[in-house]
Amino acid sequence: MRILFSLLSGLLFGGGLFISGMTDTSKVQGWLDIFGAWDPTLAFVLGGAIVPMFFAWRLTGGRRPVTAAQFPPQPPVKIDPRLAIGSLLFGAGWGLAGLCPGPAIASLGYGGLFHWVFFAAMLAGMWLTPYILRTVAARQGA
Amino acid sequence: MEPDWIWGLAGGLLIGLGGAVLLWGNGRIMGASGIIGGLVDGSARREWAERLAFLAGTFGMPLVLFPLFSDVDTHISQSAVVLIVAGLLVGVGTRLANGCTSGHGVCGISRFSLRGISATLFYLLAGGVSVLMFRHIWEII
Repeated sequence: MRILFSLLSGLLFGGGLFISGMTDTSKVQGWLDIFGAWDPTLAFVLGGAIVPMFFAWRLTGGRRPVTAAQFPPQPPVKIDPRLAIGSLLFGAGWGLAGLCPGPAIASLGYGGLFHWVFFAAMLAGMWLTPYILRTVAARQGA
Repeated sequence: MEPDWIWGLAGGLLIGLGGAVLLWGNGRIMGASGIIGGLVDGSARREWAERLAFLAGTFGMPLVLFPLFSDVDTHISQSAVVLIVAGLLVGVGTRLANGCTSGHGVCGISRFSLRGISATLFYLLAGGVSVLMFRHIWEII
């Protein structure tokens, strides 16, 4: 059951990313390019995606998900250096290639070899992160 | 073809519906970097099958739709160096921040999460500066 929900969610997500043009790196870079030929499409995508999610969150009160005991609790509001630095690094890479993790997956099937190059590097970065965190923690502890 | 913003809005609604299905079905946040990252660093443990199912859907649906659309081009950079540097930044950055455009952006903003909103402001800022530097100043992309 959980696998079916995941698959359906992924199909909607991938389909939405594809038809919205978010797998087209020039549209993403166009959105970020406020000093060039600015492309507002991404604002419509993000705005459109927030609407169903807003209602989905609003209806959670006093209820529970179909296959889980509870909805994910709101994490503590912690705007720490890790969140800031991580988001800044992510944004820099997002602008450089015009891809974030969702569209990176959605474009793998038809985008060609260069999408696999980006994907492999992204996986390497994700795999390395726990080691980076451990190294930093060890330095700070020493 | 219809204007881009209609496709953007329609696609956005589908993305939000996908998030709602995962939230209401499995009690999970639809965050692409978290779903992939948990598989990569082994923190997903018993959830690997449902994560793979999600990724299979994300990967598969565009393949089904692709033949229905004409002149689809992802305009991806043809420089392996650019893609490797960008991929590493996206991989490390999203794991440090615990989220990307889908988790912090779509799922976070819609529940008025200050963390999600802050993260979104940071990556939008860095993304804008990145395109400014790499496209207009250094003219690499």
